[in-house]
Amino acid sequence: MRRRIGIDVGGTNTDAVLLEEDAVSAAVKTPTTSDVTTGITRALAALVEQAPAARDAHAAMIGTTHFTNAVVQRRDLGRVAAVRIGLPSGASLPPFVDWPEDLAALVRGEVVMLEGGHEFDGRPLVPFDTRGMRAAARRIRDAGIRSVAVAAVFSPLNASCEEEAASILREECPDVAVTLSHRLGRIGLLERENAALLNACLIELARITTRAFSLALNASGITAPLYLTQNDGTVMLAEVAEQYPVYSFASGPTNSMRGAAFLSKRDEALVIDVGGTTTDIGSLRHGFPREANNVVEIGGVRTLFRMPDLLSLGLGGGTMVKTTPSFTLGPASVGYRLTEQALVFGGDVLTVTDVAVAAGLIDLGDRGRVAALPAVLVNEALARIRAMIEEGVDRMKTDAGETPLIAVGGGSFLVPARLAGVSEVLNVPHQAVANAVGAAIAQVSGEVDQIFQDLSREEAIARARRLAEDKAVAAGADRATINVVEVEDLPLAYLPGNSLRTRVRVVGEIAR
Amino acid sequence: MRPVNLDEIESLAIGAWILGTGGGGSPYLALLNMRQLYRGGVVCRLMDASELADDDLVAVVSNMGAPLVGQERLTDPKTMALAVQMMEEYLGRKFRAVMSLEIGGGNSIQPFMAAALMDLPVVDADCMGRAFPEAQMTSFAIHDLKMYPLTLADVRDNAVVVARAASWKWMERISRKACVEVGSIASTCKAPRTGKEVKECAILGSTTKAMTIGRAVQAARRAHRDPIDAVLEVEAGVRIFAGKIHDIARRATEGFLRGTATIEGLDDFRGHTFSLAFQNEFAVGWLDGEPRVMTPDLICVLDTVSGDAIGTETLRYGQRVTVIALPAPPILLTPKGLEHVGPRAFGYDLDFRSVFA
Repeated sequence: MRRRIGIDVGGTNTDAVLLEEDAVSAAVKTPTTSDVTTGITRALAALVEQAPAARDAHAAMIGTTHFTNAVVQRRDLGRVAAVRIGLPSGASLPPFVDWPEDLAALVRGEVVMLEGGHEFDGRPLVPFDTRGMRAAARRIRDAGIRSVAVAAVFSPLNASCEEEAASILREECPDVAVTLSHRLGRIGLLERENAALLNACLIELARITTRAFSLALNASGITAPLYLTQNDGTVMLAEVAEQYPVYSFASGPTNSMRGAAFLSKRDEALVIDVGGTTTDIGSLRHGFPREANNVVEIGGVRTLFRMPDLLSLGLGGGTMVKTTPSFTLGPASVGYRLTEQALVFGGDVLTVTDVAVAAGLIDLGDRGRVAALPAVLVNEALARIRAMIEEGVDRMKTDAGETPLIAVGGGSFLVPARLAGVSEVLNVPHQAVANAVGAAIAQVSGEVDQIFQDLSREEAIARARRLAEDKAVAAGADRATINVVEVEDLPLAYLPGNSLRTRVRVVGEIAR
Repeated sequence: MRPVNLDEIESLAIGAWILGTGGGGSPYLALLNMRQLYRGGVVCRLMDASELADDDLVAVVSNMGAPLVGQERLTDPKTMALAVQMMEEYLGRKFRAVMSLEIGGGNSIQPFMAAALMDLPVVDADCMGRAFPEAQMTSFAIHDLKMYPLTLADVRDNAVVVARAASWKWMERISRKACVEVGSIASTCKAPRTGKEVKECAILGSTTKAMTIGRAVQAARRAHRDPIDAVLEVEAGVRIFAGKIHDIARRATEGFLRGTATIEGLDDFRGHTFSLAFQNEFAVGWLDGEPRVMTPDLICVLDTVSGDAIGTETLRYGQRVTVIALPAPPILLTPKGLEHVGPRAFGYDLDFRSVFA
């Protein structure tokens, strides 16, 4: 039997599920701990107790917002050397040029700009300045910098400058971690370089965190290989993933939406994920989240990551309700301290969860402790919640018709059964752990984005597809199960010959 | 003549992207360059064309090439200044000021980049009032001004002077060839213009117009008002259609990005379909199969919520967009103007009918 463990580490709860074939056979929800790993160990222990077969799982997938939060909150970030290869072009816009100053000040170590790079058709722009690279590598070593991001002009088309830079860095400073931009991004030098820089500043944290995840897994007696989920609903082996922490950005919402599709067996719907602190509303199309069209900013840094198009509201089970000086609901939340601080759990903070218990929406903790809440207050809070959700749903809808809404997350009890503009609110079994389910069903992907010249459209797509499949297999996919999920081709105005920018993405099941 | 502050350049970038009518390339990287220059203490100056003496010489600049290549080989003020300086050397005369070839897209900011390094003022004008795909689609060409010489500079110290060209088409062919050879991106200084020619033949006030549009969008966003309403108010524009991109077909032919976008109506336009043909820029729009709006009226596609312009290269399935029309500069509406930039110049057998008529 095919068994998979899915784990989601959220800001409030750490959830774990066991999937046997296509059914959820065990699910647990435990509070997230400040060290993260203790929470995982507890969740896994509870899961194994519920279903001892979990020990025989053939894969374990973890989804975490740890790295996004590190960037957003400006903590645990390493200092980075930036190596840009592309002079004489781009001299006026050096690395970090469009970063928020506070984040750049934390991350910016050495900045090196060297001659090199390529043209769109693969010709060298100018010869790569390898002597300059060697001198820079020594400066980086002497400055004690442990992580380097390398970005060369048109490296997605010809990566040789970045590869050569990496080998010089390995010779001169063997201990530094090297992030090459062509492994992370597409055409768009600044955005790809930004992704490489973010990756480089997270790499130490990723190494520590991923190893702690592995230890937690082993401590629970689970020997299955560990995977980390990425923002596109797929996974990477932990030993690969720890080199690419940026790929985990926004994987949490992606997992919950994929989990919602799986649990409800609906491919076209809106999804509302109510957590402890925030509520995310997204749109499912063919079972995958609709992606944001715009350039995506992470902690104020412009990137080209593929992110689900989400609307985030400051509403969750831990959202604080205040009555003085006037009635307010959120955005402050007690977060993972819900089980200590909420009234029903013996605390002294009035939260949305207390309101829900008083209204009879859910039975949690000690009901008696909220029996005295005035009905007028409870009703006002519920009305406010309904208004927030209805407005959010309306903003995410792509047409004015009524749409089904799948409610997931630990706070899904807050979603009213009837809402304006919604045809039905779908409540499904295990909805509270949909994100862990989404992690458990993740697949492995491969993507290629290149300019092909003098090939027919069919030939270009076929070639891109082969390259993408090779990438997916290298990432752990079973070749026999690979499907093409996206093909995009864009003829290039102004380029000579028959130039076609082709992007192909494939996904497949994890190889056993 | 007046100093221009960085906030105005920020507004210019937003307004110029809208006036790009789908083409012209995103002004983002040019804007980043201006932020860097202003951080270094630069303050640019904007002058009215009326301040030019008849025999003053004005440089007309633009970045030429594939926007996609520009995303890798980031634009640099030095290269643009180099093209202008080369033209001065070739002519043996100094320029009085710099102006933009096209106010639509990134080329709206290129003259400021050159002007910053050369300490020259920028003339509040361009010769398209929007963006267009071809060299002869300018007010200077409509006035039959000569199209040479042209200088073209590449970051690697390659430079070309096109001393003469038999026609606008030849100038386009020769300079395009040189541009492709240096990697499909180059800085160019077009045929220089006298103060008299600028005053009589340029589209005046277009820099200020783009800044005004940008400022209106910014103010509306701050006040949580509809930014598209704000654009329509300041420019006396017309809301043509609102809906969701349903289909998008693109093909590259003869060095251009051609294609069609189909939009399904939402809200007031529910039940209707709008299709938009483009050649780098939006050229003609049909409502339920009937021509509704056509070049040279400006056809702009904006994100329905943010009011941000959407380029023909970034149109994607599912986007919620609003199509608006803005009035074209009068010179483009003359019989001679329509020969250069009317629907037939783009291969559509349609008599021009303005939505503002």
